[in-house]
Amino acid sequence: MLRRASKTVSLLAAAVLVLAACTPGNPAEGNKTIKVAYQKTDSFTALDTMFQDAKKEFEAANQGVTVELQPIQGNDDDYGTKLALALRSPSTAPDVFYEDTFKVRSDVDAGYLLNLDSRLAGWGEWDTFDDAAKEAGKADDGGTYAVPLGTDTRAIWYNRKVFEAAGVALPWRPSTWQDILDTARKIKAASPDVIPFNMYAGKGTGEGTVMQGFYELLYGTGAGLYDPDSKKWVVGSAGFKDSLTFLKTLYSENLAVAPAEALDPNVWKKVFGEWFPKAKLGATVEGSYAPSFWQDGGSYAWPGYEQEMGVAPFPTQNGGAPGAVSMSGGWTLAVGAETKQPDLAFNFLTTALNAKNSLAFTVASSQIAVRSDVAADPAYQSANPFVKDVSGLVAVTKFRPATSDYPRISAAVQEATEAVITGSRTPEQAAADYDTAVAGIVGGDKTIRK
Amino acid sequence: MAATHRTRQLLRYLPVLPAVLLLLVFLAGPVLWAFHSSLTNAGLTGRYARNPEWVGLENYQRLLQDPVFPLSLALTVLFVAGSAIVGQNVLGLALAVLMRRARPVVSATVGTAVVAAWVLPEIVAAFAAYAFFSRDGTLNQLLGQFGAAETDWLYTVPMAAVILANIWRGTAFSMLVYRAALNGVPAELTEAAHMDGAGPWQRLAFITLPVIRGSIATNLMLVTLQTLAVFTLIWVMTAGGPANGSTTLPVLAYQEAFKFGDIGYGTAVASVLILIGAAFGAAYLRLLRERNP
Repeated sequence: MLRRASKTVSLLAAAVLVLAACTPGNPAEGNKTIKVAYQKTDSFTALDTMFQDAKKEFEAANQGVTVELQPIQGNDDDYGTKLALALRSPSTAPDVFYEDTFKVRSDVDAGYLLNLDSRLAGWGEWDTFDDAAKEAGKADDGGTYAVPLGTDTRAIWYNRKVFEAAGVALPWRPSTWQDILDTARKIKAASPDVIPFNMYAGKGTGEGTVMQGFYELLYGTGAGLYDPDSKKWVVGSAGFKDSLTFLKTLYSENLAVAPAEALDPNVWKKVFGEWFPKAKLGATVEGSYAPSFWQDGGSYAWPGYEQEMGVAPFPTQNGGAPGAVSMSGGWTLAVGAETKQPDLAFNFLTTALNAKNSLAFTVASSQIAVRSDVAADPAYQSANPFVKDVSGLVAVTKFRPATSDYPRISAAVQEATEAVITGSRTPEQAAADYDTAVAGIVGGDKTIRK
Repeated sequence: MAATHRTRQLLRYLPVLPAVLLLLVFLAGPVLWAFHSSLTNAGLTGRYARNPEWVGLENYQRLLQDPVFPLSLALTVLFVAGSAIVGQNVLGLALAVLMRRARPVVSATVGTAVVAAWVLPEIVAAFAAYAFFSRDGTLNQLLGQFGAAETDWLYTVPMAAVILANIWRGTAFSMLVYRAALNGVPAELTEAAHMDGAGPWQRLAFITLPVIRGSIATNLMLVTLQTLAVFTLIWVMTAGGPANGSTTLPVLAYQEAFKFGDIGYGTAVASVLILIGAAFGAAYLRLLRERNP
């Protein structure tokens, strides 16, 4: 019996050995390959173009080195998940990757990113980067771990044709929330089949719900999400309830889209591709990258959008200082902490982000420039007529509190908006649910009533 | 001599070895890994991504306090009962019985149509179902012919929509199982019952069904376990919404583990799912054993 068992074991062991022999050897031996992971979608190909160009340039300058591009198809959420899964293991981690600014801190905590301080000090072009943008690549220890590609702001994009038809004076510049509601009601009265003022809400549109919607409201009330001084999450604020009430008004008076449509994850495609070009939508809160969809070569190319569209800053609740609110995010390039060729990887990063490639990418994706030479370039300034307006919003912009808890907090906010627009909870109830959720996520002692 | 005999006996186990190895690596491995992770605070990012800490049953305690969990559990049971146990199983049996009586042309046509949904990759079937139920989808266009108002099916009745979609997608399997089983029912048995004056329903209830009991139990087990794991279909059609209205356990596990990066908690949900699957499996196995002593 024992002998049989031992034979079985040895057979098993032999099989395992055979299996193990089949796994590929260490790719670092012999040839040198830089693996680059980034996001690519049908409507976002600018980054792919940039990396294709950088690959050619880099391989020509570094004989014997292969740049292996690994575009990941998926929306922002899926890309983040896929990247994090790849980063978990050194054998699958890319050498250089495209990283959302709000994930930098938690990914540094996880040990995924390489500290770039000493290398950046030796890179002459680092000085051309905007100081505020440099902050986005810093972690809690003060070190820099990621280099910004560009940034963005959020504003109200509106269709001038729709506004003219409703008799609204142009250019439009609302100074309070009430102005927005008044204008929306006017549009509704003039053209009942037009959606007057859309704001994303619910979990369907994910992070878009809070970045292009709720936070513009919340930060305009004087309240915030997080109190950086006490390092605690804010609960019970009147601003939170007011913001939800505003959404409720928009949706219950049918000034925004129907709730069922708002919860469709693809609603933004209709906003850019269908409703604005067909003058079926008055206005929406969207990012400074909006023209990238409409310009020549964009996924919803719309000749003449420059004349038909207008842009206005999102006002504070009652017109209080500084008069407008914007949110910023943006993306960076980072080097994997476990890369076998840190120097080559960093050199590839600087090739990808040199003046030429940065300019082409910034223009193609309607980013706000973070390099002073790109910002000064006539090609950037004339990329679309809105560059100046949306770049000016950097002065009033806010960044998300990018802690490890943030994704869950964001989901709780999205849930609160969903409950309100579907009418399942009142703004007071939804705000109370949010408070409970936050206490559950971070612990009661990390919340503060404001 | 004895040694060679033993070797020969041992060699007889060789053909099963690959299967056993594969099961160990791809089934037992992940299951154990999931149970282990559910006892840690492993994350997708942040401090605990690389160096998770052992937290014992903390994730399970949190699960008990999570308001979404009981809802999710109920929705999972509803989904399995509605789309697998009743939907696919009964419809598959009905189709199999009817197809035996139908003309060969009709039977072949129906069979092809039903199997077509089954051979589609899950993601394609999911998009087809989304296109059917969505606001400007086929269902509303069809109903529009009769003057019915547009309804947002995925929003107003998300569970009904995903249950119907899963019945559509999975019935072929039950149908094929039952067709094979019915072919195995001895013709003289039903003929004898016919002679004794039993009607079609009586023949079905007292002859056919008892004879194919084994196939019923096997089929129930397979479709139940398959349906418990359905994720793509629901994720594409409703993403678990609105307001968690169609968040079954696989969707909840995915959200927790990958959307919120909380792998420990997500695997705790997945472990509960595995336990439910195991309970169903054990119940059906028992059923099989009792009927076939």
